[in-house]
Amino acid sequence: MTDFDFSVIVENWGFLLEGLRYTIQVTIVAMLGGILIGTLLALMRLSSIAPLQWFAAGYVNVFRSVPLVQVILAFYLILPLALQAITGKPMPIGAANSAYFTFTVFEAAYYSEIMRSGIQSVPRGQIAAGYAMGFTYGQTMRLVVLPQAFRNMLPVLLTQTIILFQDISLVYAIGATDFFGAADKITQRDLRPVEMYTTVAVVYFIICFTLSRLVKRLQSRIAIIR
Amino acid sequence: MDYHWNWMFFFQETDDGLKYYDWILSGLGWTTVVSLASLAVALLLGSALGVMRTTPNRWLVGIGDAYVDLFRNVPLIVQLFMWFFVVPELVPEKLGLWMKQDLPYVVIAVVGLGLYTAARIAEQVKAGINSLSRGQRAAGLALGFTEWQTYRHVRLPMAYRIVLPALTSEAMNIFKNSAVTYAVGILELYFQYKQIIEKTSQVLEITIVVTLAYFALAFVMNRLLASIERRTRVPGLIVGGKGSN
Repeated sequence: MTDFDFSVIVENWGFLLEGLRYTIQVTIVAMLGGILIGTLLALMRLSSIAPLQWFAAGYVNVFRSVPLVQVILAFYLILPLALQAITGKPMPIGAANSAYFTFTVFEAAYYSEIMRSGIQSVPRGQIAAGYAMGFTYGQTMRLVVLPQAFRNMLPVLLTQTIILFQDISLVYAIGATDFFGAADKITQRDLRPVEMYTTVAVVYFIICFTLSRLVKRLQSRIAIIR
Repeated sequence: MDYHWNWMFFFQETDDGLKYYDWILSGLGWTTVVSLASLAVALLLGSALGVMRTTPNRWLVGIGDAYVDLFRNVPLIVQLFMWFFVVPELVPEKLGLWMKQDLPYVVIAVVGLGLYTAARIAEQVKAGINSLSRGQRAAGLALGFTEWQTYRHVRLPMAYRIVLPALTSEAMNIFKNSAVTYAVGILELYFQYKQIIEKTSQVLEITIVVTLAYFALAFVMNRLLASIERRTRVPGLIVGGKGSN
């Protein structure tokens, strides 16, 4: 084996950081958007209106049974077609931008399952109490149920976000330059796979390991004693 | 919308004399082979690690915990690239050369996916063993079993049956995760999907077909394991949701 050459990493550090920044941006957008859509889906799933239930169940089941790489590629190709059909103009949106949309929509399915069990973990009496106070459905959800559901599920939501952060690496399928994509592109040019892939693995490990330990600590601190 | 629908292209001939639906079938075959083989690796190793993490031996627990931390905190695609492009450079030269030249790709991919999934299985197995009352182990020891025999005859048979629902979802995940092995040259279903799009541009038709194929795989796996679950249910225990008890 040739010696591990740190200078390759140092020289390309800027490009790698650019990639890491993109990874973090997509993670944050998809987390916020995914939790928002996921919460709406969970409310639909638990509502008493049958078509809404079917829609939410179908959405969740479809996205949970296909591989993420396939969704990434399919959306990248289909999204411009759909936009063109709506606006009538060709709309090339690019790999980097389509990923924001794909991950938001895809992760919403996973977040919605988490929020659903969060909502179900809130005792029924809380809802009855909300109505008894004269709250409407919307107020009961917004002011009573969802804050508790969110608190109960916070560790699980964050754990899912760590998985999301790792999954961004699959934009490799459409050639976007995320953290892993950046390292891969440098490897294609400089032919230093050992340095580049090892760096990615180590950095991913440090970030995800630290975050998951923090989530564990959070979990023990915010647990509601019943 | 001026998309040109054409469902018949599946029956058109490709460059290599096969039809497009042959490509999909062969992809489906490879997906199944890679997934099942990886699942076997993951179950074996994951069970061993899960057991290690419940023993009183500090070293075994430490190794098991470290393994799970390591393999859960690095993305699958990065792990696969490590096995393909980094590990052969780090091992002794002869072994590295053998890995690069003689070892079939699919073996490395199966090992990579299997080791990744083993970390998840280890978590489930550990949770299953820990969910048993400690009296089970004590009873085993009181009967004169060795520590290993309490696992073999008392604790594992119970633990597996308790965590089977969780193992079912891992088994379904592995079919989805196997799509990532396209990146290291396995000609599985996603690879064929990508290739057919490049050749024909019939994105919508092929997306629908491949999505349904993954659906079918997940469904078959789910039914299969659900029937095992029914047959192995521990009498008197409330396991599995769906209110079916």
